Amino acid sequence: MLITCPYCGPRDVIEFTYQGDGNRERPDPASQNFEAWNAYVYDRLNPAGDHNEIWQHSGGCRTHLRVVRNTLTHEISSVAFVRGDHASGARRKAEDRS
Amino acid sequence: MMAEYSAFSLLANALKGNKDWKPAWRKPDPKASYDVIIIGGGGHGLATAYYLAKEHGITNVAVLEKGWLGSGNVGRNTTAVRSNYLLPANTRFYEHSMKLWEGLSHELNYNVMFSQRGCLNLAHTPAQFDDYARRGNAMRHLGVDAELMTPAEIKRLVPALDISSDARFPVVGGLMQRRAGTARHDAVAWGYARGADRRGVDIIENCEVTGFLRDGDRITGVTTSRGDIRAKKVAIAVAGSTGRVMQLAGIETMPIESHVLQAFVTESLKPFIDTVVTFGMGHFYMSQSDKGGLVYGGDIDGYNSYAQRGNLPIVDEVMSEMLALFPGLARVRMLRSWGGVCDMSMDGSPIITAGPLPGMYLNCGWCYGGFKATPASGWCFAWTIAKDEPHDFNAPFTLDRFHRGLVIDDKGQGANPRLH
Amino acid sequence: MSPRRTHTGGRIDRLKTIRFTFDGVAYTGHAGDTLASALLANGVTLFGRSFKYHRPRGLLTAGVEEPNALVTVLKGEVREPNIPATMVEIHDGLVAVSQNRFPSLAWDVNAVNQLGGKILSAGFYYKTFMGPVFGPLKGTRFWMFCEHFIRRAAGLGSAGSAKDPARYERMNAFCDVLVVGAGPAGLMAAKAAADQGARVMLADLEPRFGGSANWSDETIDGVPAADWARRTVAQFEGRDNIRLLPRTTVWGYYDNNTLAALERVSDHKEQPAKGEPRHRYWAIRAKSVVLATGAFERPLVFPGNDRPGVMLAHAAERYANEFGVLPGERIALFTNNDSAYRTAVALKKAGAAVVAIADVRPELSAEMRKLATEAEAEIFAGHAIVATEGGKALSGVKVQRFDMVTGALSGDARSIHADCLLMSGGWSPTIHLASQAGAKAEWNEALQAFLPPKPTQKWAGAGAFNGHFRTLEAILDGRNAGLSAVGATVTPMAYPSIESLPCDPSPAPVFEIRAKGKSFVDFQHDVTADDVRLAHREGFVSVEHLKRYTTLGMATDQGKSSNIPGLAIMAEALGKPIPEVGTTRFRPPFAPVSIGSLAAERFGDLKPDRLTPMHDWHVDNGATMYSAGLWYRPMIYGLAGETVEQAYVREAKATRESAGIVDVSTLGKIAVQGPDAAAFLDRVYTNMFSTLAVGKARYGLMLREDGFAFDDGTTWRLGEQDFLMTTTTANAGKVMQHLEYFLDVIWPELKVHVTSVTDEWAGAAIGGPKARQILAACVTGTAVDDATLPFMGIVRGEIADVPVMICRLSFSGEMAFEVYCGAGHGTHVWEALIEAGKPFGLVAYGLEALGTMRIEKGHVTGAEIDGRTTARDLHLDWMLSKKKPFIGSAMMDREGLIAADRLELVGLISLDNRPLNGGAHIVEEVDEANPHGSIGHITACCYSPALGKHIALALVKGGKARHGTRAHVSDPLRNRFGPVEIVSNHFYDPEGTRMHG
Repeated sequence: MLITCPYCGPRDVIEFTYQGDGNRERPDPASQNFEAWNAYVYDRLNPAGDHNEIWQHSGGCRTHLRVVRNTLTHEISSVAFVRGDHASGARRKAEDRS
Repeated sequence: MMAEYSAFSLLANALKGNKDWKPAWRKPDPKASYDVIIIGGGGHGLATAYYLAKEHGITNVAVLEKGWLGSGNVGRNTTAVRSNYLLPANTRFYEHSMKLWEGLSHELNYNVMFSQRGCLNLAHTPAQFDDYARRGNAMRHLGVDAELMTPAEIKRLVPALDISSDARFPVVGGLMQRRAGTARHDAVAWGYARGADRRGVDIIENCEVTGFLRDGDRITGVTTSRGDIRAKKVAIAVAGSTGRVMQLAGIETMPIESHVLQAFVTESLKPFIDTVVTFGMGHFYMSQSDKGGLVYGGDIDGYNSYAQRGNLPIVDEVMSEMLALFPGLARVRMLRSWGGVCDMSMDGSPIITAGPLPGMYLNCGWCYGGFKATPASGWCFAWTIAKDEPHDFNAPFTLDRFHRGLVIDDKGQGANPRLH
Repeated sequence: MSPRRTHTGGRIDRLKTIRFTFDGVAYTGHAGDTLASALLANGVTLFGRSFKYHRPRGLLTAGVEEPNALVTVLKGEVREPNIPATMVEIHDGLVAVSQNRFPSLAWDVNAVNQLGGKILSAGFYYKTFMGPVFGPLKGTRFWMFCEHFIRRAAGLGSAGSAKDPARYERMNAFCDVLVVGAGPAGLMAAKAAADQGARVMLADLEPRFGGSANWSDETIDGVPAADWARRTVAQFEGRDNIRLLPRTTVWGYYDNNTLAALERVSDHKEQPAKGEPRHRYWAIRAKSVVLATGAFERPLVFPGNDRPGVMLAHAAERYANEFGVLPGERIALFTNNDSAYRTAVALKKAGAAVVAIADVRPELSAEMRKLATEAEAEIFAGHAIVATEGGKALSGVKVQRFDMVTGALSGDARSIHADCLLMSGGWSPTIHLASQAGAKAEWNEALQAFLPPKPTQKWAGAGAFNGHFRTLEAILDGRNAGLSAVGATVTPMAYPSIESLPCDPSPAPVFEIRAKGKSFVDFQHDVTADDVRLAHREGFVSVEHLKRYTTLGMATDQGKSSNIPGLAIMAEALGKPIPEVGTTRFRPPFAPVSIGSLAAERFGDLKPDRLTPMHDWHVDNGATMYSAGLWYRPMIYGLAGETVEQAYVREAKATRESAGIVDVSTLGKIAVQGPDAAAFLDRVYTNMFSTLAVGKARYGLMLREDGFAFDDGTTWRLGEQDFLMTTTTANAGKVMQHLEYFLDVIWPELKVHVTSVTDEWAGAAIGGPKARQILAACVTGTAVDDATLPFMGIVRGEIADVPVMICRLSFSGEMAFEVYCGAGHGTHVWEALIEAGKPFGLVAYGLEALGTMRIEKGHVTGAEIDGRTTARDLHLDWMLSKKKPFIGSAMMDREGLIAADRLELVGLISLDNRPLNGGAHIVEEVDEANPHGSIGHITACCYSPALGKHIALALVKGGKARHGTRAHVSDPLRNRFGPVEIVSNHFYDPEGTRMHG
């Protein structure tokens, strides 16, 4: 499986660390909404089909990527930096290189 | 009449040209309604049906299987059976399973080839040896067999193992459970299917559940590719597909991720190892089938997947670990690999419970441990379905334990399913 | 030359004689021979024994799909079992032996299994061996007793335990087009793509490219096909955009066009060249793939079809044309299709007598009749072979009239004398890789074969793989596939002129001749047609059940020849068409792969070694090294004659009495920098860091999101926006990922950067009453007195001219300092400290003494922060700030985390003055016979020189409330039971007067 890191280009899955369901929302740090905390920590979307997930390019630039990947075929339809601001800057960089 | 299996019946049938053998289980059409529907014709679903009939007299039961019986993880695992867990909830449950295993071939009149050849966990540092001692002592305090082994004893038991001190991770000792072993995985599914069938359970293959029939919140049956079927109780035992089936019931999130786990077998060899061996400095386990193939595996690939196929990084990792232990195997060849989809739960332990909806019963979250759990899983799930309350053995395995902080985290990895 | 050898033709070099042995007998062959062709030329017909019945078996095929002729190749003590003789290229000194026979291949006692034939039918294991329900063999014992013998009878070759001295190599490769298979289709595809300038890789599992061209007897553009292939390949050589990989099996098709291949680099050589690996494992990322993998010929299923001398038709053609070996002198053929006629002509031409062609089809084309005449063979149209005769070699066959619509036999059987029977049951395209890629095959009625479906990944098929069996089709297909693989327009080409014999590719739909006797479907596993029908009778009708119940297709050849016949027999039993029975999904590998190649460079070197900068010093100074994860750390610096305990007691004592120094370079070190660094640390740690003054350090605790303890360590504030965090050695990587995740995913607004600097710093901890004096003696540029360097203070200075950073903090409980310098100067600074310490009695100490002193102090490490404990369990709740939220704060008070019976950290003192054991459990009442009632366990233990007692840290249920009470250790694994006193985990100097000085 290859993941195209927006910064580093297409790289083998061995360079990446899976960080799971990218739909989870962390409550505000001071939140006392335990339902929300529990859902964030323990409950996962686990679709058979396209899945929005977080991967870290741990063997590369170490940024976190939001990857939409099909769990039935392993086909990847999109990859973007999780960190929005960072993304635009880095994309420019990648374009400069190409 | 069902043919009893024995050496005599084999001989008698052979003399008649093997013409009189009957199907191991019937192929009935589904009825309009049942007392209990079990979704999932794998090891756990079939065992549940068997124990519902045998232990609780509930025989108006259908097992619905979307493909062929046993097509899930019961036929895709590396066949190890053991009860060498650290935490008491797990040890008690798996030991109950072990006891059922020990009588299973007789009980089912079907040889599941349970071979108590032992399971040896190798320790590679003194600290790891102490960890195994903790685990082994935990087992012994619950009446489960365990013993520590020295490198010399290990070498006698597994001569092909590299125990030299210049190995990258030298072997300093091991934890042995003698009563552990291996079983013929497919036979477990077939034996339970036959046993359930002869007690009146309908096993319906090629019947995919497409939705749930509901009366308000209550589950009252299922819609399937072979029509609607009503039931007082609907039990789900579809580990690997739990997310998909729960979504049909409108439950979008679960404390589970589906991951692909690869397994491997070599070409057939003359006896090479006589026990199950696990590596302590990585994730690797191996045994030898009666046919002679070395059956082995390692970590999950580490990403959500329902694809039953993995990728090369794990293949390479597993083979490297194999050779670190058994350098003589470099010229032996990997014959086949395959992938199974595991329900990786948030603490590495399973869920066997009534609910989460009225009329629904849930059995899932088996991570790597599903095969060895098969008898106890079916036994406890049947109890829970029949009595609407858990047995002591599965009482800790609730769905709400995560939110309540009552996790059973044998590996201490927290809410990170890929690390369990 | 042997009588079986033809005088001309083939790939062999008749001038080069090769000497080898098989089962201890010396033979000769020629360069270019396989073990199979060379033995065949020597008149050998018996190659192996089958798995279950130990029936004598000869060669069925000439290639990778061989099920029968498996051998073990020996290289000294190193064994390579289960290699098809058809895939072993002979070289001088080759030693091969047969397998699965005792005492010899010719006389095998286990052949007695054949007498049990009907009892040993499919599934018999499941129906017996349950054993008695009482007595000494009850439970699982009877089965295990039987299993002992079954296991020894089963199995093929033997693996060795000697370490393979060969080298294995891995290559990562990238290309525009990977062409799999170098027959006419593959060659054309590679040429077309390479001509467009694409980077092409061309792999074939045979040593010589050309595929069927090497043995087909056809001509292409006026030259023999083999020459055409050689010329085409010659054009590739020297081109830098095409890499040729002979002897390379592409075995796996993984996601995103990642393919795995095994190149057998030097198996065919007596000695590998210097530095040459035995096998090379290729991980190939191809933009596009051309699958030109050809097709497998199928056997026919009829009684006695496994007798040595019965062979696939094309295999005989290969032996004759490619190797110059005649598989027999009087040859009969049995076919359901036209391709066998070509074989008949070829063998006749090569010098054999073709005595008969039995064809199940009643009507034969004039063209086929003409070919039979050319071969001087008697035609038996509408006939079938119903029996074979002979022992370990074929002596004759019986042919009888056969109705292919009803399957009925009629008339008298006629015996025909023959020493070789060739069969052809049609052809199955080799679609394995396409199936691995995720595609589901489609049945083609005309070809009676599964064809590849629409691609699910970026591949295109060509030639016989597509069911296009004619060479002209293969060439056109190949070119088209090569062009489309690189996105080029497919332009018309001039058709090559091909001279070939006529051949209609559609076989008759006949797979089995039902007659009396064992008819084999899966040769290696001895699965007969009756076994398939028995599986049907017992309800094992899905193709997967058939496979699992009968073991059909599970042998080393993975059903390459048996799948379709097995499926066809089941389909007939079910009364369903073949595609409705289904086909199994092929999985990697296409053909078995050496495990050595998959480990490649990691064979013998599983994981990297992590060494601290001072590693060599430790080793040179008598340290016994301890493997901790990937790191190596000194365990003790033992003196001559000292035990481990004597050594660590001496080291710990010396440290508490004067001073000791320990290498702490392995601690995780993370630079946390940026305007929001302090705010970030407040969120990460349970305690406050924004209040920490510059130039001071603080001990911090982290929780996981779920509220359990995660890691601890000190963090040093080097500047307003500059922190140096330390973590435990084991968790360094995990903590780093944890921080990065929060910064990148959760709090992208925080302006913080984290950098792992573990390998940048060397660290030494020096502690003891004399520690400060030692520093004072060697540190320049700063004072180290209490005012300048108070507890948890940080100063910068130099030691031996090297800049250092010193923090006064203590793990040992003594007045202690951690000295950090650039990793490259680690040994230099360490040696300077050692030198400065000499007058003060400084000792170097290892992990054992470090552990001893931390146990005496009751500090926690990974044994206590084991992923299941909370801050409260470890009495670290004083560190849980109530002034701010932090990671884990919302979850740490859930019911399960505050339960009364949780395991809590305590100290234990052995009351019988005997050592305690790590991993021992704690009970209230000892029961040696039936241990039970565990209330906890020991996490760490030692002999405490400071207390003069054997002590331990333990996690015990409700531990704090038990202080001052007695309990017992219960360690049935090591038979150690005895009384202990439960005390506070702070054994030694609980007020900390020594470290505060």
